[in-house]
Amino acid sequence: MAFLDDGTGGFLSLFLAGFVATEMWRWLGLAVGSRLDVAGEPFQWVRAVATALVAGMVTRMLIFPAGALAGISMGVRIGAFAGGLAVYFLARRNLVAGVVGGAALLVAAQLISR
Amino acid sequence: MAQEGEGGVANAPLPDGSPGRAFVQGLLRLIVSVPALVLLSTSLGFGALARDGGFSFAHATFLAVIVFALPNQVVLIDQLARGATLAGAALAVTLTAVRLMPMTVTLVPMLRGSRRRPLLEILAAHFVAISTWIEGNRRLPALPQDLRLPFHLGGGSAVALMMVAGTVAGYTLVAGIPAIVTAALLFMTPLYFVLSLMATSRSRMDIAAIVLGCSLSPVLFLLAPGVDLLGTGLIGGTLAYVIGRRR
Repeated sequence: MAFLDDGTGGFLSLFLAGFVATEMWRWLGLAVGSRLDVAGEPFQWVRAVATALVAGMVTRMLIFPAGALAGISMGVRIGAFAGGLAVYFLARRNLVAGVVGGAALLVAAQLISR
Repeated sequence: MAQEGEGGVANAPLPDGSPGRAFVQGLLRLIVSVPALVLLSTSLGFGALARDGGFSFAHATFLAVIVFALPNQVVLIDQLARGATLAGAALAVTLTAVRLMPMTVTLVPMLRGSRRRPLLEILAAHFVAISTWIEGNRRLPALPQDLRLPFHLGGGSAVALMMVAGTVAGYTLVAGIPAIVTAALLFMTPLYFVLSLMATSRSRMDIAAIVLGCSLSPVLFLLAPGVDLLGTGLIGGTLAYVIGRRR
């Protein structure tokens, strides 16, 4: 791969394209966040944007998965996801039960449907 | 709402007293927890991906520590392995990283103590990732102001340890793990995200942001790949803000 020929065995390239490209947004967030009032309206709006962004990653991972998850059919993925939500509420909002239960349902549904 | 059962050390009493103790408590809270399990399994996938892409062991662990954001690490490895230019890869990474800005903006004011600690605040910003942001929203408001920064730094250190451990394990031994197990491990990440968002949502605005974010992102992924998450955040977040304001 071409990035290996940067004179540092690729580390400088990874530093630039990995660290700098990522970290600049954290630095910008630090600069803005240090001046922002938690009770103010701008803070509330940014909080809504951040929440929507994280929620957006959820359905993207579920509907357009990467790696081994792509080998599981869409129906099984969505069904196990809904099952995980149901387990979470049935177990009185227990996070461990919801996450582990959903993953267990995925394995069970996949083994049965094969 | 902050006492979801996570078992063992995760339910240790809240830190009191010194910043050193708060750091250790923050570290222990995250090292044995659902997010730690989720991070470990996602890092396993990252380590395996790096090896399959022809990267060295040192490259993979270097990235885990300096980037500290799994989706970005995956995008970078994926781009370079497919022969993208360095500039092209950096652009793809930076588009994925935009999400970290609003997350940092909302976490930083919570960490503010009675004294300003500029260098520690830069390290605290480095430790902003989805997992630490979610846990911060959950735990920090209940803590004394001066203990929040060390608590968050402890949590960030725990996440860094899990990421490196997962990357090392994924790089060296993931070939022996059946695909169905890897799939189940990867499946825990979106479930953990959505359940913890629901557990920490406090207002109508939060709930609207979760629902809108979840439903907008697949549409925008098809319409505008690359800027889909940014669009989801801006459109969904603004709508949620308006819904939250209306009486």
